[in-house]
Amino acid sequence: MTAETILNRAALLAAGLMLAGCVTINIYFPAAAAEKAADRIIDEVWQLKDGTAPQVKQPEAAPGEAK
Amino acid sequence: MRTATFMIAALAAVAFALPQAAVGQANLEINTPAINALQRSMQQRHTQLAPLYSSGAVGFTRDGNIALRDARAVPLAQRQQVNALIAAENQDRAALYREIARANGHPEWEPDIRATFAQRWISRAQPGWYYQNASGAWVRK
Repeated sequence: MTAETILNRAALLAAGLMLAGCVTINIYFPAAAAEKAADRIIDEVWQLKDGTAPQVKQPEAAPGEAK
Repeated sequence: MRTATFMIAALAAVAFALPQAAVGQANLEINTPAINALQRSMQQRHTQLAPLYSSGAVGFTRDGNIALRDARAVPLAQRQQVNALIAAENQDRAALYREIARANGHPEWEPDIRATFAQRWISRAQPGWYYQNASGAWVRK
């Protein structure tokens, strides 16, 4: 086995490990993000946050107000 | 020797791509037409389900569904309608979990999404509503 073959094999092995690492990272389930997503959907389904529905507050911009 | 140089270049390229993959995980995609439609359908159904949660007739299961807990809390004439309501809700929930997993490119996440929702539905349920604990017994919040 020449030095070059050994180097080539080492590089191949490193590349393989790196790729395996990528796959592992992508397969990992993002628990915190899933919780956030669940909460946003539950807010919607149960109407817990009325961010869009009632537009009650319109305090300023009174018409005809002179300065 | 040239192969080794190429490999090292490829490794460098992969290393640069990694942080972007990590950033992509900050939020889950939940804004698709399918998910929005399911959300609306469940939101409309909730007005009918809320009184059933309060009376204890229907409770939250530990697997992310709802179930008839106390049939006696429902007048006989309405039981069939309540059962249909529960079945429709569970169908929407199953589709919701599946669609979220799919929208994020990981259909295999469906059980994890379901487990996350199961836990969130229960912890956000109102006082007085019923849920199933880890051993399957009904507990009043």
